[in-house]
Amino acid sequence: MSRVLTQAPTPRVPPPVAPPPLGPVGMARWAWRQLTSMRVALLLLFLLALAAIPGSVVPQRDSDPLAVGELAASNPELARWYERLGLFDVYSAPWFAAIYLALFVSLVGCIVPRSRQHWRAVRARPPAAPRALERLPAHRRSTLDAPPSEVLAAAHAVLRRRRYRVVRDGADGPDGAGGAASLAAEKGHLRESGNLVFHLALVGVLAAVAVGSLFGYRAQVLVVQGGGFANTVIQYDSLRTGALFDPADLPPFTLRLQRFTMDFADSGAQVGTPLDYDAYVRWQPSPDAPTQQQHIRVNEPLSTAGTLVHLLNPGYAPRLTVRDADGDVLFSGAVPFLPQDANFTSTGVLKVPVAAQPGRADAGADIGTETGADIGIEGLFLPTAVLDAAGPRSVFPEPRDPALFLTAWTGDLGLDDGIPQSVYRLDTSRMTQLRADGDLFRAALGVGESAQLPGGHGSVTFDGYTRWANFQVSRNAGKEVALVSVLCAIAGLTASLFVRRRRCWVRVAAAPGGRSVVEVAGLDRDAGGDLGTEVEQIETQVRAALQGSRPRPEGAP
Amino acid sequence: MSQALSAQLAALSNNLVYAAMAAYTVALLALAAQLAATRTVPGEAPRPVREPVSVSVGSSRRDGGSSPKVLDPAPALPAASSRAERLARIGRSVLVLATLLLAGGVVARGLAAGRTPWGNMYEFSITGALVAALAYLLLRRRYPLDAVGVWLVAVVLLTLGLAVTVLYVPVGPLLPALRSYWLVIHVFAAIVSAGVFTVAMVLSALQIVAERAERTGRPLRGYLATLPAAGRLDALAYRVTAFGFPVWSFAVVAGAIWAEVSWGRYWGWDPKEVWALVTWLVYAAYLHARTTAGWRGRRASVVALVGYATLLFNFFGVNLFFAGLHAYGGV
Repeated sequence: MSRVLTQAPTPRVPPPVAPPPLGPVGMARWAWRQLTSMRVALLLLFLLALAAIPGSVVPQRDSDPLAVGELAASNPELARWYERLGLFDVYSAPWFAAIYLALFVSLVGCIVPRSRQHWRAVRARPPAAPRALERLPAHRRSTLDAPPSEVLAAAHAVLRRRRYRVVRDGADGPDGAGGAASLAAEKGHLRESGNLVFHLALVGVLAAVAVGSLFGYRAQVLVVQGGGFANTVIQYDSLRTGALFDPADLPPFTLRLQRFTMDFADSGAQVGTPLDYDAYVRWQPSPDAPTQQQHIRVNEPLSTAGTLVHLLNPGYAPRLTVRDADGDVLFSGAVPFLPQDANFTSTGVLKVPVAAQPGRADAGADIGTETGADIGIEGLFLPTAVLDAAGPRSVFPEPRDPALFLTAWTGDLGLDDGIPQSVYRLDTSRMTQLRADGDLFRAALGVGESAQLPGGHGSVTFDGYTRWANFQVSRNAGKEVALVSVLCAIAGLTASLFVRRRRCWVRVAAAPGGRSVVEVAGLDRDAGGDLGTEVEQIETQVRAALQGSRPRPEGAP
Repeated sequence: MSQALSAQLAALSNNLVYAAMAAYTVALLALAAQLAATRTVPGEAPRPVREPVSVSVGSSRRDGGSSPKVLDPAPALPAASSRAERLARIGRSVLVLATLLLAGGVVARGLAAGRTPWGNMYEFSITGALVAALAYLLLRRRYPLDAVGVWLVAVVLLTLGLAVTVLYVPVGPLLPALRSYWLVIHVFAAIVSAGVFTVAMVLSALQIVAERAERTGRPLRGYLATLPAAGRLDALAYRVTAFGFPVWSFAVVAGAIWAEVSWGRYWGWDPKEVWALVTWLVYAAYLHARTTAGWRGRRASVVALVGYATLLFNFFGVNLFFAGLHAYGGV
């Protein structure tokens, strides 16, 4: 914190004399001295603060990939430049790493020599008493009715009790032999120790973060109530991993979402605010372990073998049944819809590939051909439906009057192309929207109702609805190291800011009549201390320790 | 708790906050009038030039401009007129009263909601204003700071005004994401450090004003003569910031731990996290700057002001402009 103490005084304006040319070693030494100087450390701190800001303004691929995609679509030229500058991945960009690595090199370059210095300072004797104690910032002198040896012993005890490191100062000659003896005391080395611990702990935090980004992983998986997943890479909807992540490290648990409940405020000033999401799960830590039960809530993740399972966002999944013209079921099940607003107005799609079915009489005739007669359904699920001039929407997040609005497409879904697609978006480039009586086909269904698709494409039934929950499975490798480091850092920081470095000297000289003249002087090495009180208290305590001896102010007869 | 009682407490809280604002206004006027009265004492010679702050380039003493003597709570003002003294007493008493009213408002708000009252920007603002006022009152017990108090009260009033007009939301339940004891720990640490940094900000700003005035070398007149010396302001601002900084560090760390519990990662470069780090870095730079030759005094104060600006931006800007995981400010 106070490097200036250990540096030679630096003139503000360098002397206008051309320095002698430096060799490569000299240059390196110069560069190193610059890098580890406080000025450069300051500069790097500012630079790091500045460099962190763009990541809060430009969408980051790590936290919001959707926004990155949208920006690239709406403003490709700008996105290209952002890409070149690494602004979509600021915190893993080389220029960002360069700044914080330089800062840490500067930090280590400063801390190592200071640690050596501190080690020596801690083991060194407190400096001997200056000749003229009265010239120190705080100084008191009085005469006590006790021989010097007793006074010295009492002062020694008092200083020890006040947690000073005390040494007998030999410089003043023998004790009690007409000359003076003195004590030198010092405290507050903890300040620099705290300072060093703080900076070293920051290196620990950096190391922990590095470990985390190398070995950690984070995956998301959407589970419909009643469904579940096994913790393997293929079951995730999305996965981000560190460079050294090994899928074999995944804890082999399986989890089933038995029941998922959502509770919302239904009165008061904040109607519709979520009150509680509760996922009741049954899970096995490994295939041969007994089944356990647990509630996962927003701030209460499931924890197993260093991996956490968090409840992220919830939603509704309408249960649909699609039948063909003959009444044969093509699809039946729950389809997760994505909420678009706080009242869970949710959109979703259902893709029903209609393949040629060899066992059927009309195989190849009008369905299941290469050109395709797949069915795509786009729907809007409204837990509490209202249809007015603003269009269909939900006005409350709980299902009080659920309705499903849908429209349908037919054609080629493109599922056989081998190109991965979103399950929440219909690629309609090779499809046509169904029409009824010249208008686009639309249907509004209550629970249990069905709609016939025009053109003999079968029917859709809205059987009901269930809920889904999005879970995050993650491991933050190195988090324990990070936590310990950061706690050490705060402890060290506190010590380095609040511990005061102080020196204190007591000199005792024999006075006629078995009395002693005692001088107490102090020196604060940090600003803001109440040194006068400290010296006064030391003197008072020494006096109190010498019970029976009557103090006399100097100069009194 | 019954709905009716909750509504009554909520109304009481609002009334107490309004009453506190009225009282702060009275305190502000009294303190300002006192300063005005002090500077128009008839026949009083202008205060002599104080020793300029020794920026002490190349000094090996770390505390060059702020030796313990400068911090002694010796009154900075010459004997003021009795009217000024009376006004000062009124101002100080009303300031205490206003702070008590505000404390009552915050407590009533918490009782009405049945939880710690820092679940949204309104509650955060009134609690932060309370912490700033309390920190100032504590500081004032040791140092004569009426000239600083005027500005601090102005900032508190501004905060409260913003809270009741723009940020106000009725008492309501917490979002599921906020229902955790980490809310108490993390947000409380953030509020305390924000309040403390607010006091430090006023001190740093006045330090710049005082140092500029002292550099002219002319005798100080008017309001400037009532300000503590720049060196003293510098030392005080440092001590207050040095208290706020570990608390802020703790707030960030507690936030990281909560994020681990709540979102499954302890650091995810969410805009709120980014700006918390920026604030931390700038205040760290301030603490380093104060020990660097050539940076103490005005330049360090400017760094502290930049730090406070980033803190404000984190509170207002990030909540209002950026979509992030901390988007439950309730505005």
